[in-house]
Amino acid sequence: MTLDKLTIGNRGRITNVGGEGALRLRFLDMGLIPHTEVKMQKTAPSGDPIQILIRGYELTLRLEEASKIEIEEIE
Amino acid sequence: MVFALAGNQNSGKTTLFNALTGSNQHVGNFPGVTVERKSGEVKDKKDVTIVDLPGIYSIRPYTQEEIVSTDFILNEHPDGIINIVDATNIERNLYLTLQLLELMVPTVVALNMMDEVRENGGSIDVEKLSELLGVPVVPIAAAKGEGVDELLEVAVSTAAKKQLPAVYDFCNDGGAVHRCIHAIYHLILDHAEKLGLPCRFCVTRLIEGDGDMDERLGINQNEKELIEHCIVEMEDSTGLDRNAAMADMRYNYIEGAVAESVVKSQESKEHRRSVAIDRILTGKYTALPVFFIVMFLVFWLTFNAVGQRMSDALAAGIDLFTAAVDRGLVAYGINPVVRSLLIDGIFAGVGSVLSFLPIVVTLFFFLSILEDTGYMARIAFVMDSLLRKIGLSGRSFVPMLMGFGCSVPAIMATRTLSSDRDRKMTILLTPYMSCSAKIPIYAVFAAAFFPKHAALVMIALYVTGIVVGILAALLFKNTLFRGKPVPFVMELPNYRLPSAKTVALLLWEKARDFIERAFTIIFLGSMVIWFLQTFDSRINVVSDSADSMLALIGRYIAPIFGPLGFNDWRVATSLISGFTAKESVISTLAVLLGTSIDSLGSVLSQLFTPLTAVSFLVFTLLYTPCVAAVAAVRRELNSGLKTLTVVISQCIIAWIVAFAVYTVGGLIL
Ligand SMILES: Nc1nc2c(ncn2[C@@H]2O[C@H](COP(=O)(O)OP(=O)(O)OP(=O)(O)O)[C@@H](O)[C@H]2O)c(=O)[nH]1
Ligand SMILES: [Mg+2]
Repeated sequence: MTLDKLTIGNRGRITNVGGEGALRLRFLDMGLIPHTEVKMQKTAPSGDPIQILIRGYELTLRLEEASKIEIEEIE
Repeated sequence: MVFALAGNQNSGKTTLFNALTGSNQHVGNFPGVTVERKSGEVKDKKDVTIVDLPGIYSIRPYTQEEIVSTDFILNEHPDGIINIVDATNIERNLYLTLQLLELMVPTVVALNMMDEVRENGGSIDVEKLSELLGVPVVPIAAAKGEGVDELLEVAVSTAAKKQLPAVYDFCNDGGAVHRCIHAIYHLILDHAEKLGLPCRFCVTRLIEGDGDMDERLGINQNEKELIEHCIVEMEDSTGLDRNAAMADMRYNYIEGAVAESVVKSQESKEHRRSVAIDRILTGKYTALPVFFIVMFLVFWLTFNAVGQRMSDALAAGIDLFTAAVDRGLVAYGINPVVRSLLIDGIFAGVGSVLSFLPIVVTLFFFLSILEDTGYMARIAFVMDSLLRKIGLSGRSFVPMLMGFGCSVPAIMATRTLSSDRDRKMTILLTPYMSCSAKIPIYAVFAAAFFPKHAALVMIALYVTGIVVGILAALLFKNTLFRGKPVPFVMELPNYRLPSAKTVALLLWEKARDFIERAFTIIFLGSMVIWFLQTFDSRINVVSDSADSMLALIGRYIAPIFGPLGFNDWRVATSLISGFTAKESVISTLAVLLGTSIDSLGSVLSQLFTPLTAVSFLVFTLLYTPCVAAVAAVRRELNSGLKTLTVVISQCIIAWIVAFAVYTVGGLIL
């Protein structure tokens, strides 16, 4: 599944980082790399963008960007 | 000796810069506050220069302001790098550190925000970390001044000894990445040494494949193929592409180093608090209502409860003072022309503006609280989807909000936006956010014509500006700036209590700025206006200012405003003088009408009806930004022609909207 599908409060582990060009490099620099754990914190009132917890800090990104990050859900 | 301050956004670089140099640069709890490099001498070590830089997450820049940082670090050869690491967010911060270490420049790591780490029961084994990173590590708390002296000492001695990073091999697992890096390393070592470039840095750049590193190194076709072969082999055996493999290597090393040296606190108090506050401030049903209430309170307090009260008191004080000086001058029997210059020119002009100092400072106070607490970043998060509808992203909200203070820094703040399209569009929209220099105009007119609803009139003006801005944005989105808004990937910092010192320093700076303008631009402007309205073209004192030079000029322009309801040479001149600084609209009117601020309101009713007053206010709200803002637009758009178009089109829009207001108002009333 992809990161944008994660329900609020659940965790996942990144399996693949898609996207291209500058956006993808930005993901990598911000620590979104395979094997990293992420937690879905919340969404903005309109449902987009979302806020995730990664490596101990809060990051916000849009659903469209999040859909480029593949994850596996963990319990 | 020159040191670069390098680190992630919001890690406290500017706070440290201020602590070291005693300067007063803008600090805020928002990623991307600093957009320019600033250098300063250390307080009691004049031979040490510190350069504050915009925050970066990687040595690979994306946005304009990030280019400033990497450019300085790579091309201007500082004697040393002070790398600030936010210890509460150590993993991501060390990612940049590993890249900096490859540059082979004497480096010191400053572990900032140690106060928060300690409070939460965490600890960091500084010696161990220093051993793993191969550079000195100094724990500090920049905001409290802790460890700053020691940091400086260590930095100076490291740079004096030219002590280079001892560790730069972060791929010590012997795997595929390791093999790739070392193979390329040996292949290009000669080239790099000949050019005096740090070889490890060159390898990284070759693998990550950006820039013109292969050309700079003079690598031949054969070598190029060998390098590519190494990289492809690495990709095959790791199953990751080259960029992910390199990022993975760095984060692996960091995770190892952190496991060995950092005792993490459970979940930090700050983070828990942030999550709780966010439940309301960015909650599904509460976020938007809270935002509008906050904004309404800010303006209400500024224009009514707090700022306005103080301004009224100050205006009364200035009036008493002016009257006293006037009596003194009369008693002294001074030449009436000189007395007129002093009282009707300078005192009326400068005094009319000066009394609004409290309102302006109050507004800046609230804006800085929004920023320093971390709420500004949340506003960007909450507003993103709305802004996308007009073709922008949440990040554009910040420059626009700053525009309520002053357009100049707001326009500069657009540098943090990563696409040219978003940047240009935001620059064009920022002037619609009514700046604080227009407050005197609104305040005087609102008090004169709508004394019961003054604050409401002010808020209505701000809203009008925003609405016209939105309409303009929609127009741009479908014409000049088609295309998609940039991705929105932003860090949300924890909420923090604003430090009283930071806020106080900021307010002092803004107040000084305002007073300085009153005594320079407004002062000169008032004298010029007084001169032009006191003499005729043959430099004779006129008995009626309607015969003066200024009236002569003003009468040419005034008819333009006829359809708006104020065909008067004095009003026309005041609008023109507003181009130098918006406050001069009021100082000019004060000079031309020969009154002090207290009675300006009542005299204005000779020139305006409530309806023409509204039309005039709408025009001032929307017409060309002041000269300083236009210069900023020119700098950022890098085109004189486009800037001119901005100025002219804003004047036209202002005229049209004011005309519409006047016509429609006339029909209704
Ligand atoms: N608790 C704590 N907060 C700090 C410390 N140093 C800085 N801060 C806060 O961290 C925030 C960011 O500080 P800045 O100095 O603006 O950070 P910067 O690195 O210059 O940020 P950019 O210019 O946006 O890249 C502000 O809210 C500071 O008050 C510290 O030692 N302890
Ligand atoms: Mg800064």
